[in-house]
Order: sequence, then C-alpha cells, then structure tokens
Amino acid sequence: MQKIGVFVCHCGSNIAATVDVARVAEEIRKEPGVVHAEDYPYMCSEAGQAKIASAIKEKGLTAIVVCSCSPRMHEATFRKAASRAGLNPYMVEIANIREHCSWIHKDREEATEKSVILARAAVSKVNLDTPLQPGESRVTKRALVIGGGIAGIQTALDIADAGYEVDIVEKTPSIGGRMSQLDKTFPTLDCSACILTPKMVEAAAHEKITLYTYSEVESISGFVGDFTVEIRKKARSVDMSKCTGCGVCQEKCPSRKAPNEFNRGLDTRSAIYTPFAQAIPNVPVIDREHCIKFKTGKCGVCARVCQAGAIDYEQKDELITRKYGAIVAATGFDMIKLDQFDEFAYSQSPDVITSLELERIMNAAGPTKGHLEKLSDHKPPKSMVFVQCVGSRGQTCRDKSYCSKICCMYTAKHAMLIRDKYPDVDVTVFYIDVRTPGKNFDEFYRRAVEEYGVHYIKGQVGKVAPTEGGLLVQASDLLDNRQILMKTDMVVLAAAIEPDPDVRRLATMLTASIDTNNFLTEAHPKLRPVESPTAGIFLSGVCQGPKDIPETVAQAGAAAIKAVGLLAKDKLVTNPCTAKADELLCNGCSCCARVCPYGAITYEEKEINDHGIREVRRVAAVNDALCQGCGACTVACPSGAMDLQGFSNRQITAEVDAICR
Amino acid sequence: MQEFMNEMIRRGKELLSGGAVQRVLGWKKGDLGYNPEPAFFLGEQDLDEFVYDGFCGANLSKFMIEASKMEGKTLVFLKPCDTYSYKQLLMEHRVDREKSYIIGVGCSGKLDVNKMQREGIRGIKSVEEEGDVLRFHTVYGEKECPRSRMLLERCHVCKGKEHQIYDERIGESEETGDRDRFEQVRQIEAMEPEERFAFFKGELSKCIRCNACRNVCPACSCRKCVFDGSQFDSSQKANADSFEEQMFHIIRAFHVTGRCTDCGECSRVCPQGIPLHLFNRKLIKDINTFYGEYQAGVSTDCEMPLTDYTAGDPEPNAAERGR
Repeated sequence: MQKIGVFVCHCGSNIAATVDVARVAEEIRKEPGVVHAEDYPYMCSEAGQAKIASAIKEKGLTAIVVCSCSPRMHEATFRKAASRAGLNPYMVEIANIREHCSWIHKDREEATEKSVILARAAVSKVNLDTPLQPGESRVTKRALVIGGGIAGIQTALDIADAGYEVDIVEKTPSIGGRMSQLDKTFPTLDCSACILTPKMVEAAAHEKITLYTYSEVESISGFVGDFTVEIRKKARSVDMSKCTGCGVCQEKCPSRKAPNEFNRGLDTRSAIYTPFAQAIPNVPVIDREHCIKFKTGKCGVCARVCQAGAIDYEQKDELITRKYGAIVAATGFDMIKLDQFDEFAYSQSPDVITSLELERIMNAAGPTKGHLEKLSDHKPPKSMVFVQCVGSRGQTCRDKSYCSKICCMYTAKHAMLIRDKYPDVDVTVFYIDVRTPGKNFDEFYRRAVEEYGVHYIKGQVGKVAPTEGGLLVQASDLLDNRQILMKTDMVVLAAAIEPDPDVRRLATMLTASIDTNNFLTEAHPKLRPVESPTAGIFLSGVCQGPKDIPETVAQAGAAAIKAVGLLAKDKLVTNPCTAKADELLCNGCSCCARVCPYGAITYEEKEINDHGIREVRRVAAVNDALCQGCGACTVACPSGAMDLQGFSNRQITAEVDAICR
Repeated sequence: MQEFMNEMIRRGKELLSGGAVQRVLGWKKGDLGYNPEPAFFLGEQDLDEFVYDGFCGANLSKFMIEASKMEGKTLVFLKPCDTYSYKQLLMEHRVDREKSYIIGVGCSGKLDVNKMQREGIRGIKSVEEEGDVLRFHTVYGEKECPRSRMLLERCHVCKGKEHQIYDERIGESEETGDRDRFEQVRQIEAMEPEERFAFFKGELSKCIRCNACRNVCPACSCRKCVFDGSQFDSSQKANADSFEEQMFHIIRAFHVTGRCTDCGECSRVCPQGIPLHLFNRKLIKDINTFYGEYQAGVSTDCEMPLTDYTAGDPEPNAAERGR
C-alpha cells in the first residue's frame, strides 16, 4: 500500500466557486492509503509546490494525487515538483476537477460529489503506480514540409536558415501554391508574383532545402524525432537533370486540349507543360492523361524537338524513403465546389465566376491576358456584382459554418482595382458583414467605398438568372428593407475556402487530428496554435484554419521555430509509459506485433518458469526505445498479457471500480 | 466408411512402426455407439480402439497445441473444416508444423446425437451408416431415417471439401451445405431489440458455466484464461447472476472475433443446447460487411481484419445502433 498525499487546488475561484474543495480534501482523507490531504488556492504556484514538497518529505509520501486542472496544463509542473522532493515523477496522478468538473457543472453539491469520485479514481490508480524511468531517443536533424505554397516555402526557409536540412514535398509540378495564382495582394496592392517568386527562388537555391515537386507523401511511420517517410516522386516523363527549361516542347506539343489548372480551367494548355512562367523547377511535366503519345503511341513531337534529349516516356514513379525529426503540414486550401449553389447560375453562365477565376482574368498571364472581359462574348463588362459569403457562415449542410476570413478583403481589392482601371464599370458588393480586422485593413476597405465609389449593399443575393443581354440579379437590401432586381454583366462569387481534400489522408498517416471541417487541430487553440497534438507534427498556413498571407507567413515562421526547437535537441526524453508483456500469460500469437505502428514488438524463444514448469516459449518483447505507449497492443492481445506501464489494465479497472463504488 | 477407416488405421500403424511419428491423434471408441472421443494412440495395438464414423465430429486441432510441446511428431487426422482451425493456430504460432503429420480425412457430414434424441430416437445401441440411410439399433427396436436429417448444424453450412493443409489425404469428402450460413443471423437482426434481448436472455439463462464451449474452442487457447484468473471476479464458478452468464458468452465471442473459423464446436458440445455459434457468426458477418469477405484459417500470411489497418476501413459510426 502506498502512502498517498492528496492536494486539492482551488484554482482561485475556477474550482473553488463550484466545488467545496475543503470537503473534497476531508472526504478523500478517508480513503485507504491516503495519509495526507489538503487544499490550497493555487497548487501550481511556488508556495503550492512547496507544500507538496514538504508533505512528501515530512510524511514520507510514496505517491501523490493533485486534484486540479487538466494534466495537459500542469502534470509536468507537479511531476517536476515531486521529483525535486525525491519522489519518482511517475508516482503523480492528476484528478481533473476543473475541465472535467467545475467548469461544466453549476450545482455545487453535485460538482463536489463528482470531484470526490474523480479524486478517488486517481487514488485507486496511484495506488497501483510503480516508479518509472524515462529513456532517451535520438533526433534526426532533418525536417519535412508537406506542401510548397507560401506557408511551406516560408517554413522551409526559416528552418533552413537556422541550419537544418529541409525537404519540401509538393504534389503539383511547381512550388508556389495558391499565392502564385493571385494577381495583387491586399492591403498594399503589390503584385503577388513579384513578392512570391523571390522566395521561391531562394527556396530552390538554398543549399539546405531539397524540393520534391510533382511528389506525394506515400506513407509515414515512426514518431517525434524519428519519422520515416516514403515519398512518391511521380513520373515527370522529363529528365530533370537534362532539361534546360527552354520551353520548345510546350510550344510544339500538338495536344492543346487539357484544361489549364493554373488558370482554374478557364483556358487550355499543352499536354507537356509547366504550370506558369515562373514555375520552380522550370522543368515541364507530361500530363499522361492528355498526351497523344501516351494515349495512342503515335506522336513523340516533344522528344524530337528537345535539344537536351530530356524527354523520357519510360520514366517510372520513384519511391524515396527518408528519415525526419519533424514534419510540418502546410497543405493549404482550395475553394469549395459550387455544384450545390445553383441559384447563382455558376454552371449556367460563363459570366458567373469565382473570385479566384477573376484573379486569373485580371492577371497578365491569365486567359484574357489581364483584360477584364466577359467570358461569354469577350466584351468588357459595364457592371459587376460581387456576392460575399457563398458557402461561408452558413447553417445548411452545403455550407461551411466558419468565416473564410479572406473574402471581405480580396473583394475590396478586386472592386478597387476594377474601379481604378475601368472607372466606367459599376461595382456592387452584396455582403452579410464586412469584416476587416487587421493592420491597415479597414482603411483599405473604406478607400474602396469612399474613394473608389464601390456600392456596398448589406444583404444577400437570392438568385442570379442568365437572361438576354446580361444577368438578372435578385437580392435584398436589409438596411433599406427593399428587394432589388438588377441587371449586371458579371457576377463574382466569393466562394468559401476549405482545406485541401488530401488532408484527411495525410492526417491519418500523421495520426494528427482534424476537426469537423477538415482543418488540422492545434495542440492548444490559444497557447500551442502551430503544434499538432501529435508530437513532432507542426501546422503552417490554411491547413490549420482560414488565414490571409501575412498571417500565414507569421504562422509559417512560428511553425519553423517550433520545428527548429525540436531539431536542436540531440536527444529526446522518451515516455516511460511503454508496453510490457507478461511472459507467463503471453501466447506468442503475434497479434500485438501486427498492430504495433512503431515496429516495437519482436518475439523471442525464451525459457519460462511457469510456477515450476520450465519450458521454452515464444514470447513478445517490447523495445522501449521504439514503443510510444499508444496501447494498441494491450487491446489487441487476446490473453491480456500486454500491459501499458502507468496505465495498466488493473489500474484502469481500479479507476472504474472506484467510480462505480 | 469402414474401408477408409481401415486405411487410416493401416497408415497410423505404418507411420508408428516406422518411427516417423511418435503418436497418433484420433478418435477412440466410447462406451456407447455414438460417443467416440479424441485420444492419443501411442502404440500399434492401441489403434485397435480407433474409430472413424459419423459421430467423430470433434475437431482435433486444439490438441495439437499440447502435441507440439511433446517429443517427436504427432500424426493427426483432420477433417476439411478442422484444417481451418489448425491453420489459424499455425498463424498464431500455437502449433508446430514441424511436429505435425497431417492426414486430411474425408468427411460427408457429422451426426448430431441431440437431434436424434429430439426426433424421439432413444436407447441407441449402435448406428449403421449406409449411403444416405441411418439405421438405428435401439433397445426399442430398429429405426431408419435419412442421414441428411441428422447432420450437425455446422454441416448444413459446410465450408467445402477442401483440406486447407495436409501431408496426405485418405477418403473422399462430400459437400453437405444446403443452408445459408447467415440466415439465422439475419432473422435475429430483424428482431426488435426487446425481442432479441429476450431471445438471448432465454438461451443464455440455460448456461450452467460448465466451460465446455471454452475448453473445446480452438480459438480459446490462452495459456491462462481470464475466467480462471484471480485478478477479476469472473473466475470459474457458477453464475452469481444472469448478468455474469451473459457477459461470459459475450466476452468469449468478442475474444475470438476475427480468429473464429466458425467450426461450430461450441454449439456441438454445449450440454444445454445453447446455439453459441450465433454470436460468432454475427461477428463474422459484421467483419465481412465492414472489412470485406474474410474466412479465418484459409491463409497464414494474410492480414487479419481486426489487427490490420487500411485507410479504407470504416469509421466507428459505420455500425448501426441496435443492429
């Protein structure tokens, strides 16, 4: 039996206002094994920790329970305090009476009773705790960044500048991401490519950065400090070491019908292509789906015109396996599909476009060479309507519940640019709210309204109907309380943004959690916003939540410094709560080895003394350096031989028993 | 039948005398005409007691766990459906292939004594099997009935006449399957929850916790059974309440999920006639639904559905509540 001390924290009024902490201490003192119980306003304070230390020394405590906030907040604090007082840090259990109790209950009587129960469960568990010693694991001094948009590029640059090797895996043929598709950027209206391409060039030229473009992550195994990642380099059909990027192949390619992804499908491209002029690497890719050579076997024009002899129709996908210490997810976003928003006639009229399509139309390298024109008849529009929040902030199943955050600002930008370049075009914006928090953002929006005469109408568009000679827009003006029926030439939809759909697959590989909207979840929404709850995984850019470019770049830097902080360590202290096989119970069936995600379980033929019977048995052996304590083996084991130290089956049962008592 | 039983005995004697095997694992005549029992035969003379007839339903695979610990090789006779269990045990490293000499024996379906008794055939002295006719010699006289009417439940959903593993084969097999394996499960699934609960409560209340189902089950082969442990309040004993007996069978069913070959031994040996195979079959049906068709004991190097993860695995909410 342990000599247990229980320390009940008031957390100011956070706990004490709802829970009778003195009574919790008094009740828990009656539990077998509890030799000391007290309550104190702030257990985590220096004075609180000193109380724990002196109780350990004076009463010879062998185990302690702290009834306080979530172990995610202060378990480390109390473990350290116990350790300083000479107690093994794994003889500390936390009963979470704040998040699990005081914060979610109103009734003082009930909350107090529940706190006592939670404390009792912790006492039952700590009673069966055994001192554990953590080990060490090594750190591979290399980081992987998944996604080569501005988030990924910035993170990679910052990690590389700190002196560590970084690889960027980008699934498209070039790095650059969504930002490379933008024309101008708010709130300064500088050209997107002009500020992005230097970063792209810097990343490509950086001696510590390796780019894997047209590549995807195939599998991820391992754990913090020691991930093993398999990268699939898709067959480019062009030898990167030979290609000079002269572009003749693209000019001569007879297949011209492939939709141009970079221009959002508004025009077509050749089958051998680089997505855009400033692409990095400047090496084209053959789109095998549209290439005549791959479809019919006859053509081969690109190979004939290539002076460098770089075309390789036989090229195969290549699998590369590398080790990494840290992984940064920077998978970005796309706009939602608008097939469920028929009322805006997006699929019926070429003059109804998304904001990203407008971005391409206004860009000099876009489908109209930068001329603002209707795609139906290539005539300049006389009036344009912008619809905000298409699919954002909605409550139906087709909508996203969140605010996409960037639309108010880019719409103000579009409106202003159009009014500036084409002053005769009448621009109307329909909005629910205009949200412009951010440095110089509101000033920017006000300039659109006040200096450029953009009409902002609070109200939503109900329907857009293509009619003879234009689009008929039906909307409501909520401030004037009137219905609006107006003709316009173009409608631009600010469609909601959503995480790249591939993120689900990636999250599974990373064992990183995602929320209901497929955004990767951060370890703490306020205090650890760039870390995933999975150790060694960091988040950069829109994969974590909607952001504009300045925020993305800031977060990318934050993710980089977190990754660098990890890579700078030579050794990591491992969690000693690893699995252990009871050799007397082990059947040697291999179920545990089959489910172990870390390859930590092997089998050995061993002489076992089973109550006097000596026989050689096949038994499981856990490699503590590899085991991450996930517990998968403990539930897979048919005979109950596998147990997790610090979370043994007996401990869990004891907790349940204590709760059900 | 007699012919190939003689051939089995001949081969047994041959292998024993040549020293190729140290013992033979087969079925031995019981005290009545219909209760042969599994037995190890050590010498050639012992084999005179050997029997192989319609009542040799017992699956001998599980005995190979013990045999694998003994000196030398053991000759074991396995029917086609028994080989699934053997192979599953092989996959789990419980039996030693090197120490097994497997003769796959033919099977044309095994007989269910309880069915005979339910049909009013009592006081059986001996039974003759002739083609599809069963001739009973009873203390009350002679009786005849079609053999197919007296087959074990599992033979109506026969897994086929192919042995999954063997060194040599004796005798011909016959496929006796004439029912849909999951028909009963579907009927139970279609019940209202209350009706279903009442059904299982009724069946499980017959349980006397004799542990025969556990002891016979080839998948239930832990060195130390959780129900024998002192750590939990579930050790071998009569049930304290109805909850315990329900938990015993449900825990057992979950325990063997993904490893159960549906050999049907649990139902065959239950002295109370509880259709225990229904639990296993429900879980097999669920595995098939969620992870694709899977038969335990077909392959030793495949991934097992419950210990393998693929990105396409269904989310936990795929299971419908109350089904």
